[in-house]
Amino acid sequence: MTRTARRTGRPIQVAALGAAALLALSACSSSGSDSSSGASDSASASAPGRVSGAVTVFAAASLKESFTTLGEEFEKAHPGTKVTFSFGGSDSLAASITGGAPADVFASASPKTMAIVTDAGDASGAPATFARNQLEIATLPGNPDKVSSLKDLTGSGLKVVLCDRTVPCGAAAQKALDAGGLKLTPVSYEQDVKAALTKVRLKEADAAVVYKTDVHAAGDKVEGVEFPESADAVNDYPIVRLKGARNAGAALAFIALVRSAEGQKVLTEAGFLKP
Amino acid sequence: MTPFDRSGAAADTLRGGPRRRRLRGRTRGVPLPLLVPALIGLAFLVVPLIALLVRAPWRSLPELLTGAEVWEALRLSLVCATAATAVSLVVGVPLAWLLARVEFPGRGLVRALVTLPLVLPPVVGGVALLMALGRNGIVGRWLDSWFGVTLPFTTAGVVIAEAFVAMPFLVISVEGTLRAADPRYEEAAATLGASRFTAFRRVTLPLIAPGIAAGAVLAWARALGEFGATITFAGNFPGRTQTMPLAVYLALQSDPEAAIALSLVLLAVSVAVLAGLRDRWMTAP
Repeated sequence: MTRTARRTGRPIQVAALGAAALLALSACSSSGSDSSSGASDSASASAPGRVSGAVTVFAAASLKESFTTLGEEFEKAHPGTKVTFSFGGSDSLAASITGGAPADVFASASPKTMAIVTDAGDASGAPATFARNQLEIATLPGNPDKVSSLKDLTGSGLKVVLCDRTVPCGAAAQKALDAGGLKLTPVSYEQDVKAALTKVRLKEADAAVVYKTDVHAAGDKVEGVEFPESADAVNDYPIVRLKGARNAGAALAFIALVRSAEGQKVLTEAGFLKP
Repeated sequence: MTPFDRSGAAADTLRGGPRRRRLRGRTRGVPLPLLVPALIGLAFLVVPLIALLVRAPWRSLPELLTGAEVWEALRLSLVCATAATAVSLVVGVPLAWLLARVEFPGRGLVRALVTLPLVLPPVVGGVALLMALGRNGIVGRWLDSWFGVTLPFTTAGVVIAEAFVAMPFLVISVEGTLRAADPRYEEAAATLGASRFTAFRRVTLPLIAPGIAAGAVLAWARALGEFGATITFAGNFPGRTQTMPLAVYLALQSDPEAAIALSLVLLAVSVAVLAGLRDRWMTAP
């Protein structure tokens, strides 16, 4: 009897928890919209080009650190706004946008992935290049394997991971290898640049070909090695407002921030090159 | 009402009439508040699969499926799922026996731990495996320095990742069957002079064979569909660690049509397995 009582007690607890979570969520969203409408009222008096409300940005995984910083700056500059990010492989982000994902802004790691969105007619206006990124080799701290060139990664018994060729960092790595006339067999083709870097951070792989910005963001967990072939595989990063944007004003304001001198400073500090 | 119809109906009463009437009576007895949600539930589970069939690029299907990578991925999926099931059988059946037949302190805790991978997100399982068996993991470190064995990025790593998520299905199934089986047969064997292991081998195993088979099928199917732990622990390399689910995921990034085609293959294999084994093992006696 006590056993059954305990058993039935659990689902009730779970249901109660769920209900509480739902309440909290709805409270969040309602208070969010309240504060945003309040903010837009006050903003109308003070700030020029007032924007408010939520803005959803889909951005390439390699933009995670710099865009998170820019998102905070944006929220500070435009009280009452809330920037939500979805970071991931540019291809899967593009696929979810063409599949109807509710996003306002798309920043991709290559013109090719951006073309998926523009070709599907989901972009509003032409994409603008806001940054460029170069590849670097990420090695273990202290570079114990003495990697000094891309060639060192080929056929030396090192465990190397690359991005899958379907994602921009993989395509760029392939371009760099082709430019150097090199053939490299990795142990794994990872699904995005962060996954590739993680394998080195966890010391499961000896090296990965990733973006300079990712090496930068990983701090002293990895060591970066530049290589000349990377000049042939520089990726342009385009950004665009999406046609389905529910908050067009905030989307444009966010893009403006990314392209402003202030935004460029954050991106350069993260290791990006100027467009 | 044409004569044709009437003759058909007459033939019906002659052959399968009574049975059909009984069925109709049952349908009438289903209350609407149960029937409607039941049908919604059915539609919810079936419509996505139908959508896969509807959206399939049938015309270009032969082209999409003749690539060597597809067959490599399928072969690897089948081999690894089978190996993972074998691993689960070798260690899972004794584990289930231990849980069902031996009283020991902390048995409830052990059972909870064994079932944990059932509810754990597979990607968490992959991270845990990396921490344990990775080149830098708490066990993997020694495997590497003593034997030069590293598991990540290897086919063995895929098997381990799949066994990790699939074995609990087998253990649960076998333990349930053991609990339902009458222990008096084993006791009788013991009184006749059989050792406990002989009794297990000669009496218990044949007794619970259907339960083991059902558990093995469940584990195999779970292993076949494994994605999260595999990509996290074993990585993705065609022919070595790229199983069908990984191939589907990565194809979706650049070529959705290919992803649908690959999904169809996996769906067909799964349906074939269920259809082949269901009547034999999965239905209640």
